[in-house]
Amino acid sequence: MATVWVVLQLREGGQIPRISLEALGAAQKLAQTLGGKAEAVVLGSGVGPAAEEVAKNDLAAVHVADHEALRSYTPGAYLGALAPAIQAAKPDYVIFPHTYQSVDYVPRLAQAVNAGLITDATGFESADGGLLWKRPVLGGKLQARVRVKGEGTVFVSVQAGAFPADAVVKGNGGIKPLDVDLSGVKPDREVLGYEEVGGDQVDLTKADIILAVGRGVGGADKMGVINNLAQALGAEIGASRPVIDNGWLPRDRQIGSSGQTVAPKLYIAAGISGAIQHLVGMKASTTIVAINKDPGAPIFNVAHYGIVGDLHEVLPALTEAVKAAKG
Amino acid sequence: MRIAVCVKQVPNTEARLRVSRDGKWVEEEDLPFVTNESDLYALEEGLSLAEKTGGEVVVFSLGPERVKEALRKALAVGAARAVHLNDPAFAGGDALATGRVLAAAVAREQFDLVLTGSQSDDVRWGGTGSVIAGHLGWPHVWLVMGVELEEGSRSLKVTREMESGVNEISRIALPAVLEIQAGINHPRYASLKGIMAAKKKEIANVGASDLGLDPGQVGAAGSRIEIVSVAFPDSGTGAQMIDGTPEAAAKTLVDRLQKEARVL
Repeated sequence: MATVWVVLQLREGGQIPRISLEALGAAQKLAQTLGGKAEAVVLGSGVGPAAEEVAKNDLAAVHVADHEALRSYTPGAYLGALAPAIQAAKPDYVIFPHTYQSVDYVPRLAQAVNAGLITDATGFESADGGLLWKRPVLGGKLQARVRVKGEGTVFVSVQAGAFPADAVVKGNGGIKPLDVDLSGVKPDREVLGYEEVGGDQVDLTKADIILAVGRGVGGADKMGVINNLAQALGAEIGASRPVIDNGWLPRDRQIGSSGQTVAPKLYIAAGISGAIQHLVGMKASTTIVAINKDPGAPIFNVAHYGIVGDLHEVLPALTEAVKAAKG
Repeated sequence: MRIAVCVKQVPNTEARLRVSRDGKWVEEEDLPFVTNESDLYALEEGLSLAEKTGGEVVVFSLGPERVKEALRKALAVGAARAVHLNDPAFAGGDALATGRVLAAAVAREQFDLVLTGSQSDDVRWGGTGSVIAGHLGWPHVWLVMGVELEEGSRSLKVTREMESGVNEISRIALPAVLEIQAGINHPRYASLKGIMAAKKKEIANVGASDLGLDPGQVGAAGSRIEIVSVAFPDSGTGAQMIDGTPEAAAKTLVDRLQKEARVL
């Protein structure tokens, strides 16, 4: 019988974030497809209450690695806790939420236990000769289907939003403590602290309308067309990462995995190609409009309305049309 | 400080892409190739650290003959030498198989630091640098947004990007592997002098047997993961493309946002 593990990432206070629930749902769905069982792994220090919460789902077991050295994340301690457990239990799959934390340690864990590695998966389907996993390639312009060869555990990290969190099946999982011996782990990273980079002056999550600008705007001196349209619409201005990295807008305007996650009723993406890191921060918006010169830009795959064209021509026209419509 | 920088040559994803006849990848003939974006930042970080410490950068790349162009460009901006992992057996490797080759190549010399980009824009595994670190037994950090040399040059203060606008600051002992995020610095351009000098710099060809690796451990044969097919996503599922002059398209869009989507 196939065994599917899911390693849940918890918040600092022990809460279970949405992306971990999505990964849990992915593991349940995979276990069902393979005719097997799903088991969860919870790591941290003092994570008993979180494990109790996880155990309210349909899981064959909840493995708990509770250790002082796991209080804050370091790849060394995570590998030290997970590698022996995976080598002993030999699950067929281990599912992870695709987060910046998991990408930091999961490939190294795969190397350590000689597991296959599929990152940023958006789904799977059954096919002749086994499962095919879907994931974006080539800047997100194409979707690849990949398969696993050979024997042994396979790691899959699942993209935010790829599996619905509300599809998680409730039930009752038994809690099983994992033996965690970290005495042989040499510290690989001395964490000195954490810093806020965004500042929180601008809360884009409350905006009804967001006009987001990308690399296609071409420079800080060319923002006039953006400001004019934002004013006409009563929109907040957001941006994709390259705009921030170039210093054209302050970091608290950044939308995407390293910025804010938003879901306004109207999201207008101008000159944004649609890298996956941006899409995960805005694809839940009610209505999405994309304006881009490149008809193959991935942003058009999540948009509801699209215009192929130069934003420096389209936005002034749009500003006039909005003003006319509003009278 | 002796620094190895691993770069990958990838298709320019802004070019027009066509699915190849066998459906497994894109047609590479006539496709423009560029150095992977985050790798350019890794190279710049390496060059600047080498300058500060009086060291040198050796650049590594795995791929077919065309990869020499990416190596030549790295030499033109200041890398001292290049190593081309040039063996048909290396083709089609997943992150683990490719990381195994790069680690074996880096281990033939003494380095204090290995730098890679955080992710390739083509296959996007995002783990090759971490796999290199695993093979070497060195610490690693992924998605690095800042590197500061510490007193004595035996450790680095490293800023790692986390989600939601928070960074982790940590101290990493050398030797180490850092996987650099795009945006960390401003990559330099090649000067004419640099381009001329690059022509005289060495590009060594290295194959599986030079590294003592069995062809079955590397490339497609040594990989657990295989790309079966690629396809364009169902373009704009439900998306309406609005044509016409900018004025006409703008008017149509506003009309639909008011009457259809009811968001204006």
